[in-house]
Amino acid sequence: MSFLISVAWSALGLAVMFAVLSVVVLSMVWLERKALGRLQLRYGPTRTGKFGLLQPVADAIKLIVKEDIIPNDSEKAIFWVAPVIVVVSAFVIWVTIPGGDSVVIKHLPLGLFYIIAFAVIGILGLVLAGWGSANKYGIMGGLRSAAQLISYEIPVVLVAAAVAILAQSLDMREIVAAQSAYPYLVVLPLGLVIFFIAGLAEVGRTPFDIYHAESEVVGGPFVEYSGAHWSVFFLAEYINTFAIAALTALLFLGGWGGPALPDVVWFLFKTYAVVLVVFWVRGTFPRLRIDQLMAFAWKVMVPLSFYTVIIAAVYRFYDLPWWSLTILSLAGLAAAGWIIYRRMTAPARRVIQIQERLAAQRGAAPSPRT
Amino acid sequence: MQLALFIIVAIFTIGGALGVVATRNVVHAALFLLLSLLGAAGAYLLLFAEFLALVQVLIYGGAIIIVVLFAVMLTRSSEYPRITDNRQWPLALLTAAALSGVLGAAFWLAPEVVAEPQAPEFTELAASLFTKWALPFEIASLVLLVALIGAIIIARAQNVDTPTDASSDGEG
Repeated sequence: MSFLISVAWSALGLAVMFAVLSVVVLSMVWLERKALGRLQLRYGPTRTGKFGLLQPVADAIKLIVKEDIIPNDSEKAIFWVAPVIVVVSAFVIWVTIPGGDSVVIKHLPLGLFYIIAFAVIGILGLVLAGWGSANKYGIMGGLRSAAQLISYEIPVVLVAAAVAILAQSLDMREIVAAQSAYPYLVVLPLGLVIFFIAGLAEVGRTPFDIYHAESEVVGGPFVEYSGAHWSVFFLAEYINTFAIAALTALLFLGGWGGPALPDVVWFLFKTYAVVLVVFWVRGTFPRLRIDQLMAFAWKVMVPLSFYTVIIAAVYRFYDLPWWSLTILSLAGLAAAGWIIYRRMTAPARRVIQIQERLAAQRGAAPSPRT
Repeated sequence: MQLALFIIVAIFTIGGALGVVATRNVVHAALFLLLSLLGAAGAYLLLFAEFLALVQVLIYGGAIIIVVLFAVMLTRSSEYPRITDNRQWPLALLTAAALSGVLGAAFWLAPEVVAEPQAPEFTELAASLFTKWALPFEIASLVLLVALIGAIIIARAQNVDTPTDASSDGEG
């Protein structure tokens, strides 16, 4: 009997989580359209309801009513199961992401590790979606998503490990409690930067949306999906974006800690602030190229995240004062920034080669034209 | 309750493993392997080894299956005839028989230990891994590193033979 009651409570919790996340996705769609509109000197949606607030509802109805086309040559079973894997992995991590000290469905002592482990399963859905579509752009997009998401998973995991070292726990509640004196933003700014950038790449938001770039692979893994199937991917993308924003807030911005207001309000305030930064980045930066993306992952993000883990471990082992970690972290950030700046402002390798060749030609035999 | 869950997990694990060897499609085989590995994670969970179960999901369920799919998709397996047996099957049978023999013998000969399953504190796990078992841990990582470098060397050796322009890597 008690078993049945606990099952019923779990089902109720999951239903509440589903409802809350649906409202969150609707709010994010509206916020994104408004924010992008403002960034581009437009109003964004204004006609549907006050301030266009009903626009996401209209979008959702349109998406569900649209015809759902399944290509003849596709692997039917894989075509069906891929969106399910993506959306289940997007929802399942929210079981243990807390929105407040007691606002959580199931509190797990290994919470952070659980979130990371099940978030990885979602990548599988994207790869399978690309493969099952029987479309060459789908396969290319699937390959790109596998390469990109596996590469950027490493910095996310390592920075999460650095935070776990600082807090000496994988328990989300204890990680937030450990930040009651000062948020980890203060001691580990490098970690925040890595986590945010790699998190953007993990959810495929705009400077990193290479695996589903319309102008390159016409939607990548989603190319053959339409109607309700496509809207499932859309839903998962927004939930994952919200999850990355929530994790950034929980791991680096002090979670739900804050004066006066209730903890859930602080959590939502910080998370939506990070979400707005995500939209701001989307409205500001152009898309990277795939080789730039991979080079950035392996030559910048991975070494920096190893550095983060090492300084966090050294700080914890020798019990150094907190400002030393800030200095080490900022030094790493400044060094990486300086190297990237030098690299970006210097002429490209090919340009240098051509310049050298021209200089050699000019030295050997000055042409009559110049 | 415990037993019912164990039977479900066992069906997943064994059914997945049978699927891996029975299916003719390589991608389906990879998915069956995922099912089997997640079943093993469920078995760890039933033994209260939560950390090990999560490691199983992260490393095997996530990373390894994705890399397997990546390799399968790169090699365009659909263009080749779907042959699932070759001349090495007697050798494979022998290896499988030897492995199951060793595992079965270990299972039968081992003294029966009935211990109450309990969750090991994960800080204790970390402490023993990095102090008492530091050397095996390092050796395991060294083996993986050697495999990694070896794979790169093999791939590079093939690249040198082909006359394609290797310098135009489009960087910069």
